[in-house]
Amino acid sequence: MIAGSALVMSAAACGGDDSGPEGGGTGTAKGSTLIFASSADPAILDPAFHSDGESSRVTNQIFETLVATEPGGTGVAPGLAESWKVSEDARTYTFTLRTGVRFHDGEPLNAAAVCANFDRWHNFTGLAQSDSVSYYWVTVFRGFAKNESDTLGESLYGGCEADGESTVVLKLTEPSAAVLSALTLSSFGIASPKALKDFKADEVSGTAESPQFTGTFGTQHPIGTGPFKFASWTRGDKLELVRNDDYWGEKAKLEKIIFRPIEKAADRAQALRAGSVHAFDYADPADLESLRSSGAQVLERAPFNMGYLGFSQKTEIMKNQKIRQAIAHAINRENVVKTKYGAGAKVAHAFMPDSLWSYSADFAKYDHNPAKAKQLIAESGVADPTLEFCYPSGVSRAYMVDPAGNFQLMKADLEAAGFKVVPKNSPWSPDYLNTTQAGDCPLYLLGWNGDFGDPDNFLGTFFQSYSSQWSFRNEAIFRTLSDAEKEPDQAEREQLYTKANGLIADFVPGVPYAQSPSFSAAAANVTGWVPSPVLNDSFATIELK
Amino acid sequence: MSLAQAEGAAVQEAPGGLGRDAWRRLRRDPVAIAGAALVVAFVAVALLAPWLAPYPPDKPVGQVTPTSIPGPSAEHWFGLDDLGRDEFSRVLWGARWSLVIGVVSLLLGLAGGTLLGLLAGAFGGWVDGAVMRLVDMMLSIPGLLFAIGVAAMLGAGLDAVMIAIAAVNVPVFARLLRGQMLAQSRSDYVLAATAVGVPRRWIVLGHVLPNSLTPVIVQGTLTLATAIVEAAGLAFLGLSGNDPSIPEWGRMLADTQRYLASAPLLAVFPGLAIVFAALGFTLLGESLREALDPKYRR
Amino acid sequence: MAAFVARRLVLLVPILLGLSVLLFLWVRALPGGPVEALLGERATPEAVARVRGLYGLDRPWYEQYLDWIGGVLGGDLGVSSRTQRPVAEELARTFPATVELALTALVFAVGAGVPLGYLAARRHGTWLDHLTVTGSLFGITVPVFFLGYMLKFAFAEKLGLLPTDGRQDPLIDAEHPTGFYVLDGLLTQNMEAFGDALAHLVLPGIALGTIPLAIVVRITRASVLDVLHEDYVRTAEAKGLAPATIRGRHVLRNALLPVVTVVGLQAGLLLGGAVLTETVFAFPGFGKFVADSITARDYAVLQGFILFTAVVFVLVNLLVDVAYGLIDPRVRAA
Repeated sequence: MIAGSALVMSAAACGGDDSGPEGGGTGTAKGSTLIFASSADPAILDPAFHSDGESSRVTNQIFETLVATEPGGTGVAPGLAESWKVSEDARTYTFTLRTGVRFHDGEPLNAAAVCANFDRWHNFTGLAQSDSVSYYWVTVFRGFAKNESDTLGESLYGGCEADGESTVVLKLTEPSAAVLSALTLSSFGIASPKALKDFKADEVSGTAESPQFTGTFGTQHPIGTGPFKFASWTRGDKLELVRNDDYWGEKAKLEKIIFRPIEKAADRAQALRAGSVHAFDYADPADLESLRSSGAQVLERAPFNMGYLGFSQKTEIMKNQKIRQAIAHAINRENVVKTKYGAGAKVAHAFMPDSLWSYSADFAKYDHNPAKAKQLIAESGVADPTLEFCYPSGVSRAYMVDPAGNFQLMKADLEAAGFKVVPKNSPWSPDYLNTTQAGDCPLYLLGWNGDFGDPDNFLGTFFQSYSSQWSFRNEAIFRTLSDAEKEPDQAEREQLYTKANGLIADFVPGVPYAQSPSFSAAAANVTGWVPSPVLNDSFATIELK
Repeated sequence: MSLAQAEGAAVQEAPGGLGRDAWRRLRRDPVAIAGAALVVAFVAVALLAPWLAPYPPDKPVGQVTPTSIPGPSAEHWFGLDDLGRDEFSRVLWGARWSLVIGVVSLLLGLAGGTLLGLLAGAFGGWVDGAVMRLVDMMLSIPGLLFAIGVAAMLGAGLDAVMIAIAAVNVPVFARLLRGQMLAQSRSDYVLAATAVGVPRRWIVLGHVLPNSLTPVIVQGTLTLATAIVEAAGLAFLGLSGNDPSIPEWGRMLADTQRYLASAPLLAVFPGLAIVFAALGFTLLGESLREALDPKYRR
Repeated sequence: MAAFVARRLVLLVPILLGLSVLLFLWVRALPGGPVEALLGERATPEAVARVRGLYGLDRPWYEQYLDWIGGVLGGDLGVSSRTQRPVAEELARTFPATVELALTALVFAVGAGVPLGYLAARRHGTWLDHLTVTGSLFGITVPVFFLGYMLKFAFAEKLGLLPTDGRQDPLIDAEHPTGFYVLDGLLTQNMEAFGDALAHLVLPGIALGTIPLAIVVRITRASVLDVLHEDYVRTAEAKGLAPATIRGRHVLRNALLPVVTVVGLQAGLLLGGAVLTETVFAFPGFGKFVADSITARDYAVLQGFILFTAVVFVLVNLLVDVAYGLIDPRVRAA
């Protein structure tokens, strides 16, 4: 009886399917326009001036870099340069450009145009030199032609020469093996020199901490060589790109991309389930089941990040190594990862992903052991240890999906080991980032998403020199990482980074605890999206079926 | 005759309290009984939470993952929350925090409002003018924006939330009290007292103020309801305490919005708790108002 | 009438001036003061000194205030630290959306609230009356964002009847000369855009309109009840006037007076509620902009928006008073 009625029902369902319009809705009616839910508006569309993921997601479609990342990976692949050569001493890079490439404004891409971009970056003045404006240039090339602040280092950039139409010779003032990978960053996207000038890209006013871009290059006229061209942008509403039909390579499949900012992950998932957007990024692991069951696809970016519990050794208690070790033993990393992260997330033990070259498991590890933690506290000589513990609000990252959740779990763990915890919450930007960078939080939750596939981008970023965020000096660690950056020989570099990981684990400057894939979702009819672990996605291969 | 004057006249008949008449009407009003029942239940849970709650509210008692959060069961009546804590225990403890937030913000708001109202009502003249302009200013900012501004000034913390909610109520109470005192001052018994030479201060403190309090009690009851709802709104906007492990309904509701697709009950339980607690105070306040309002004495 | 309006306008001046002083002092009272609010806690001493000089913060506060208020009167509300754009520009961009939403909420509240309240009063003491009263109390106590999520979940996601977020389907090619999308649809004779903009307003409009609805229902009910007991209604009944005439000419007209006042008072409630509602529905208006500014500690925005809201609020109330005066001549004399 029951089986019979089930049969009837399924038959009826089939009948309904046959008569109804298949796969209707807004998506197919308008041809190949992809609506992508971003998590925020881009900051600015001038590659040189942005350091946020939402900006680079868009500029990655408009601009191209000399060298690119392999689709879906972190290795270096040809970009605007067909081939390149690095000199023995790692101080001269020679790039051979593709021919016949033109910017969206019709200007030719040649060696002179590439060098014009490098010279532009190197000669930034005033506010354009500040960390918040030209973050990645400062990170990779350290300084400018004329440094206007003591915190900047001597520039690594030694000049760019155009040798004929298609050969670019980039010189460095010091050997660096990390520059090639770094040039895959979307911030080194090559822009049309004419457009940069016509639309006054370099005009920045306001204050260093709150810069204002008065030119229109980065807001209305971003002009590069990429597979998509900028069409329009209404802040808070939508940003439109259209296909570049004169693209040098394989043309994009989509005619148009619309980026719509929807801040909350749950809202983006809801919009996808309701069919009002085609794809989005930074899916909350909590939504993956409901997305799958609604017929959407869930895509995964390989983990190229790590979340850590950081220590600032400004205060006496954090200078105490036993206390730092006790914290490392008190935290139940397995439970945090299991409770708050999606499938595919792993416990992290080092300050770099275990998938990155030079990782080896050969260093001290701290298991979850409250008894050991209590014993270490007793040995530390600190009575009634009290920890001020900062966590951010208004942020979600793959390495830290729910900061308040991680905080509460760790707080319970720390209390179980005998610590007293004083919670301190502040909004992610600017307060939280500022206080943690200044080292004013003894204990804090942070993490890092890799920009390019070099250990220098992880270990070097954290521990190559003194920073107030960590507030410690450990010359052995500093020196090993500096040597590793300059070393041209790959095998030597691997050894140095392995050694550094061991030194860091012994010193316990913080507790790495999670590395997680980041999840994206797309409607069933979206194909050809290859999420990149370093967020260098190309939308040119995406198709709506 | 304005409403305030009418109310003043009504209170005058029974100086010093709610009046036997009003009490009788209240006892016969099913709305009042429903409201009182909800309020009593709420306060009882708030006071007895440590004994009623089967589990600690801030410690994980089971393993959960983002995609498997167990729903209600015999062991955990409301299921587990997103960190593996017992949701039922958290909702019970939440009553305590809501009560604290409601009562503290009410008392602070009342204190501020009384101070201003008393200043204006007792001194009159330019003091009255200045105070009332200040009150007008405060009232010209929408309540939620006002609370946001105050909370931003004080930084994160539940105390900031309570002060912010209180600040919104200050002008309301000030205006109410001043109106009452003005009406009282013109009433016959005050005129009579003044005529026989009772000192002004004594009249104000001994007669005018106590007799002005009845509508304040009504307003206070209603304010407890809005305070609970406002705290939830502030939590939703990211303005709440430093410690997220404190089981506060507004925060619980705001934080679990992200599980609406996978574990909707996590938002529904604190949401309903807020609705019923606020409803209790609203019902009670409304029936108090009706019981005390002469217009309903037909 | 003109004299009445003029007198009321003059009375507003000290209130708004006082408010501007309060808001000016408010930014100064923020943790760390205005420089830190501008630069963040990490600011170096040189940066602090530079900014103090740049903004004239080393001068007496009243001079700074005069500078600031001068700028405000000239339309300069400072620059948003989050979007790096002038606050006045952001205000102009986002406010039409919120006005549309608030009007939708108001239409919903009055359109449904007056008939409901009237019916409840006419059927005083029946189940319909009790249901309406209880329902309106629930309406007052439900947190707006909770209701918003529930509506969105049911009508947008599960039933697929209405859009979940935003103001306009991005696939629709619509032009927006005025920024009021519904009006824009009509002006550009783009019926698809018009219908779509309206559809986007339904759910947030209901969510935002629920508290005003509950209030309108209660006020209408109470004031119709009052009027029904007034002598003139009884007289009219005694004279044998047709019930429809009594209802139209006497009861409703007189009962609506308090409703008009209450609707005016809702302006503030709607602007405040918009902060929550627009966040839930990712509706790119004024309220959402404020909500985003809170987490970013964008005080220039909060300051400018609160000042602007207060001006709107007092002006709306002035309008209400004028409307009141038109309906009830006694007010003008008062």
